Amino acid sequence: MTGVDWPHRWAHVSKILTRPGPFAHPDFEACPEMMDFLHDDCKLLIIGAGGLGCELLKDLALLGFRNMDVIDMDTIDLSNLNRQFLFRKKDIGKPKADVAAEYINSRIPGCKVIPHFTKIQDFDSSFYRQFHIVVCGLDSIIARRWINGMLVSLLKYNDDNTVDQSSIIPMVDGGTEGFKGNARVILPGVSACVECTLELYPPQVNFPMCTIAHTPRLPEHCIEYVKVLLWPQEKPFGEGVELDGDDPAHIKWVYDKASERASQYGISGVTYRLTQGVVKRIIPAVASTNAVIAAACATEVFKLATSCCQVLNNYVNFNDTEGIYTYTFEAEKKDNCAACSQIPQHLTFSEDDKLQDVVDHLKESAIYQLKSPGIITTIDGKNKTLFMSTVKCIEDATKSNLKKSLKELGLENGQEIYVADPTTPNSLLFRLQLASKMDD
Amino acid sequence: MITAKTLSKAKRLWGDHGQSALEGAKVCLINATATGTEILKNLILPGVGSFTIIDGKRVSGEDVGNNFFLDQTSIGKSRAQVATELMQELNADVSGDFVDETADNLLDNSPEFFNKFTIVVATSLSEKILLRLASHLWDNEIPLIICRSYGFIGYVRLVVREHTVIESHPDNVHEDLRLDRPFPALVEFCDSFNLDTMNKKEHSHTPWLVIIYKYLEKWKQQHNGESPKNYKEKNQLKETIREGFRKNEDGVPEDEENFDEAIKNVNTALLATKVPTVVEAIFSDSSTNKLHFESKPFWILAQAVKEFVHNEGKGALPLRGSIPDMTADSERYIQLQNVYRQQAKLDVDAVSNYVQNLLESIGRPQDNITEKDIRAFCKNASFLCLLRSRSLEQEYDVSSAKIADIAMHLEDTDDDDLVFYVMLRAVDRFFTEYNRYPGYDMDTVESDIPKLKTCLSKWLQEYGINQNIKDEYVHELCRYGACELHSVAAYIGGAAAQEVIKVITSQFVPINNTYIYNGMKQTSLTVEL
Repeated sequence: MTGVDWPHRWAHVSKILTRPGPFAHPDFEACPEMMDFLHDDCKLLIIGAGGLGCELLKDLALLGFRNMDVIDMDTIDLSNLNRQFLFRKKDIGKPKADVAAEYINSRIPGCKVIPHFTKIQDFDSSFYRQFHIVVCGLDSIIARRWINGMLVSLLKYNDDNTVDQSSIIPMVDGGTEGFKGNARVILPGVSACVECTLELYPPQVNFPMCTIAHTPRLPEHCIEYVKVLLWPQEKPFGEGVELDGDDPAHIKWVYDKASERASQYGISGVTYRLTQGVVKRIIPAVASTNAVIAAACATEVFKLATSCCQVLNNYVNFNDTEGIYTYTFEAEKKDNCAACSQIPQHLTFSEDDKLQDVVDHLKESAIYQLKSPGIITTIDGKNKTLFMSTVKCIEDATKSNLKKSLKELGLENGQEIYVADPTTPNSLLFRLQLASKMDD
Repeated sequence: MITAKTLSKAKRLWGDHGQSALEGAKVCLINATATGTEILKNLILPGVGSFTIIDGKRVSGEDVGNNFFLDQTSIGKSRAQVATELMQELNADVSGDFVDETADNLLDNSPEFFNKFTIVVATSLSEKILLRLASHLWDNEIPLIICRSYGFIGYVRLVVREHTVIESHPDNVHEDLRLDRPFPALVEFCDSFNLDTMNKKEHSHTPWLVIIYKYLEKWKQQHNGESPKNYKEKNQLKETIREGFRKNEDGVPEDEENFDEAIKNVNTALLATKVPTVVEAIFSDSSTNKLHFESKPFWILAQAVKEFVHNEGKGALPLRGSIPDMTADSERYIQLQNVYRQQAKLDVDAVSNYVQNLLESIGRPQDNITEKDIRAFCKNASFLCLLRSRSLEQEYDVSSAKIADIAMHLEDTDDDDLVFYVMLRAVDRFFTEYNRYPGYDMDTVESDIPKLKTCLSKWLQEYGINQNIKDEYVHELCRYGACELHSVAAYIGGAAAQEVIKVITSQFVPINNTYIYNGMKQTSLTVEL
């Protein structure tokens, strides 16, 4: 694969790869063939072709990586153009992954970026297994958790229960919000995974419903009122039309109604911009923070692929509001992590507790933070779905179970239940520890 | 019509006035290296006014290899021109220009060329030219930011003679509630309620601010007018608040979130109101005390607020005028908000009077500083920031260099990232001596190691630093051979661009004055040199 290269093209990267260094990984062997490995053999998956994804593709391509797949389910919006630099006005409406891949392939000769305009959930393990390293530039925690779960599920274990090193696909993950960001390296089964450190992503703060409905004090409360209560009630754009944060007509409607409510209560500060911010619940992204975080991730991918330097161990936070601040630390692997520990999880309830209590616990507990858990168990040798909200007809058929007690549902102490959730590609196994009233 | 500009998300972070400052800014980039174009990219995307690239080099094969804004067809052409053309494509609202000449030529022939810029970004300059450029810009009060990517190491140095920030947007701030010295309208508002006679709903929806005020008053009556001073006394105050929960008929306390919030907020609410030391220093600065016809609005406003503090403020800054969200009914929360807003407005009016008098005394028109400016200044009075960085000359001159600080960092048993600053200085010394970088060519890597080591020793000796630097660092720097890894250039490109935006918008707090990035460990260090 030398046809596309010109003299001295890789002079910068080659220096690092062909010379030994005192801080390199012990496995590092300085040699020119390393460059061929980057060009021809190393396969990367980049998830997200937005602010971080565009930067990642550029950074990795200019470090010598050529075989990259990129997944993104979004299309290009006007508001992306001021930081997602691979997109132009003419591209609005086209899939981000397609445009980004085409741009990189044409600007950087030899690059073979393959785009996938789809959801990560549309691929199964055979797809993910083909990559050496997975890099995430996502704004969704659910997607991050899902891909983490996928990579953990690809692990193979030796007879002595240690992880088979060859089954590990490292995950490099970056995230940004305004002037803050973080980057981390996850070696599934070896170092802390996304679920081990779930408390680093605090659950979304929701305003209490009674405040929104009865005692609004802030402009945000008024906007939230329109979003949560008025929209489904008045259906301003017709039956079944969901509020779209990117549709100016939608935002305008919310803005007008929120202003009305705010003036009733004498609250000031509802603006169009705030309305959009609250509806989309976003802290605006800035080009510079995306650049920093993507660059840190790309450097780590480069180290993982070549061993030319020790890899980040394993988490760094960045903030440049006041000066430039970084904090690097080792996030700890949790011994009983629900995703990567191989230790069955226990749920302790009383037999009089309702199934609803179990569902609530799985959603609210800081260590699980599930989104819409579906619960399946085996009774008398048959699989039985106790509750499932992701499929409408099953939800209707199982909704009544929520009000039943665990005893009424025939669940026993030690019973195994399987929990499905959008945050994970595979069901989680729980063992139920039931206490009868007498035991209390 | 909606354009990408009006939808700019970043604008929400630095506001319309920040955006218009950015759109009015003229940025000069010296040398279109990967680090240089990456910085510029992050300024062009959010809409900087214009950029000018100064670069006398022809594009080489290795330049195209690590720079996104050069392409294969540009090899042999003017690097300034090609980079300008490709960067221009990023944003049609930004105008780009270039000078196909080296920075030292410009310094020789028309140094005044640099004076028209808002800020100059310098990459890949030798020590000698850098010092000349820095001294010219210092004399003309043009901010300079020096950026470098060297192997896994990044370096950013900001040189700005004087930079003032009104809106520093601090992350975590204490509220300005004045419970330790309540103003009359707050006293009147709180006194208009009686917690004992309220109905249940009113009781559980009384803002915690009022609750603390009430219990604090009671406490003071029992303690000779003194507030709780230590941990123990604050806990006692919390206890008395806890006893204030309404009880149901079984004597069990009701769920009253506002009382929970009051207990949680006792510690912060009792913090004494005072003028932060940084702001005191601004008040006593000679620029505040010796206003003249040319004084910047910042100093006039500082003097006006200072006079307010000594008079109406009775030692306190103008009230910020905002309160945090808290459990309450809309009516009383908004009333309370207005109590604070009204007082803040009174304070702003008082400051306005001083501003008018000051403007008159220095012979400047009254509309020189707007009501809006005064409001913003008063609101941010606790967070004002003044930065006067040291010049590059001060940093380099042995008589004024921060030798003791450098020595202290090098003494750290845990490897301190400052070692890379010293190594880069040694690398520059090597360049001065041999006119090439250590390890630039494959066949000199080995033989350059002892040479670089000698340069390092000489440098340490010259500055009188006795600390030892491990040979490993010398080896690693020779390995780099002045290579610019794209991902390190992109990191510095992001970090330095944000510092440029801070300088242009006068918002957020810039570094003072040197930032070292260690890409090997993903650690970094800021140090004043």
